[in-house]
Amino acid sequence: MINKIIRNIILFIVLVLFQEMVLNQLQFSVYFNPTIYVFFILILPFETPNWLLLVLAFVLGMSVDIFSNTLGLTILASVFIAFCRPGILSIISPRQEYEPGLQPTIRDLGFGWFLTYAGVLIFIHHTLLFFLEAFTFDHFAFTISKVLVSSLASLAFCVVLQFLVFKPKK
Amino acid sequence: MINSTLEFTGFFHKKYSNFVSYFSLKEANQLLLAENARLRSHQPASFLISTNKIITVNDTTYRQRYEYVDANVVNNSVNKVSNFITLDKGSNFGIKNDMAVISSSGIVGIVKEVSPNFALVISVLNKDSKISAKQKKTNQVGTLVWEENDYRYATLKDIPLHISVNVGDTIATSGFSGIFPEGLPIGIVADYNSNKGINFYTIKVKLLNDFNNLSHVYIVKNLMKEEQTNLEEKVSNDK
Repeated sequence: MINKIIRNIILFIVLVLFQEMVLNQLQFSVYFNPTIYVFFILILPFETPNWLLLVLAFVLGMSVDIFSNTLGLTILASVFIAFCRPGILSIISPRQEYEPGLQPTIRDLGFGWFLTYAGVLIFIHHTLLFFLEAFTFDHFAFTISKVLVSSLASLAFCVVLQFLVFKPKK
Repeated sequence: MINSTLEFTGFFHKKYSNFVSYFSLKEANQLLLAENARLRSHQPASFLISTNKIITVNDTTYRQRYEYVDANVVNNSVNKVSNFITLDKGSNFGIKNDMAVISSSGIVGIVKEVSPNFALVISVLNKDSKISAKQKKTNQVGTLVWEENDYRYATLKDIPLHISVNVGDTIATSGFSGIFPEGLPIGIVADYNSNKGINFYTIKVKLLNDFNNLSHVYIVKNLMKEEQTNLEEKVSNDK
C-alpha cells in the first residue's frame, strides 16, 4: 500500500516536470499541445474515493498551472475530468463490477477498453482547456482542430506510458 | 501568489535554459554581431564630415531618458493563446511592472510581474497584449493585437481607410504609452483588407522578431515614465 502511494507520488512529480520541461518546450506547432499529466488521473486505482480523486486532480492542475502561468485553467479542466471519471467508468464497465485490485490499465482491462476510457476523458479535458483558454467561439474551427490533434497526441503518449509504468503480467 | 511561484518555477526554467541555450548559441551570436555592426555604424566616428564650410554648433544638452538592461530568456512559448516569457532579471536589477522588453530585431512584450530574480513578460503573442503602433510613413497610430494564432504575424487595427497602406510598409512603436521608446521597428505589412461596415483597415503585420528563437533581450527602463503618467493622471482626475 505504502509502496503504491510512493510510486504514485513519484509518477506525479515526473509527469508534471516532463510536461513542463519537455512537452511545453517542444513548440512543434500551434495545434500540437499534448497533456501528459492527465495520465495520473486516468490510472488511479478503482477504489480511490471520489473526494480524493478531486483533491488530487486539483493539486495536479495547480502544479501544472504554476509552471505555465495560467492559474485556474488546468485546475478546472482536470478537476472536471476527475468528476466525470466515476460516471464514465460505470458507463463503459466491461462487466457489472470492477474486480477489486484491478487498475484502469491496458494490462488489466484490455486495449480497446482503455482507448475508449482514456479517449473520452482526454477529449473532454482538451475541449475545456482550449475553449476556456481562447474564451471565445470566434475561431471555432481552429480551436476544435487543436483539440482533436492534441487529444490524439495525448492519447498516444498515455498508451506508450502504460507500457513503461505497468510491466506486463507473466 | 504569482510572485512567489515565479521564483520557484523560474529556478527550474533557468536550469533548463542553461542547458539548451548552447544549441542556439551560434544564431544568438549572429544576431548580436549584426546589432553591434548596426550600432557601430551610428557612432560619431563612423561619419565623415562631408563639408567643412558649414560648422554645426550642437549646444543641446541631453538627459538620459531610456536605460537598457540585458536579460536572458529562461522560458518562452508561442503555441498557446496566452503566451508568456520568463526572464532571468527581476526587482534586484530594478525591473518593475510595465517596462518594455525588446530584442535586437524588434519588440518582445511588456513586464507583468517581477520577483527578486525573475520577471514575467506578456509576450506580443498574447490575446491580452495591446501595443500602440504606427505606420512609420504617415505616423498614423493604431493598436497592435495578436489574433492570428501564428507566431510570425500580428494584427494592426484602427488605421482609418483614407490612409494609403501598402504591402511592405514599416510598422513601428508610437511611444505614446511611455512604455516603448518611439520608432522601434515592429514588423512590415504583409497583407491588409478593409472590412465593409468598419472604417478601419485590418492589417496583417509580419513580425521582425523570431519569437520561436528568442534568447537575449533588453528590458527598457523609461526614466521619465512616472513624470508622464503623473501628469496624465492629474488631467483625468480633474474632470
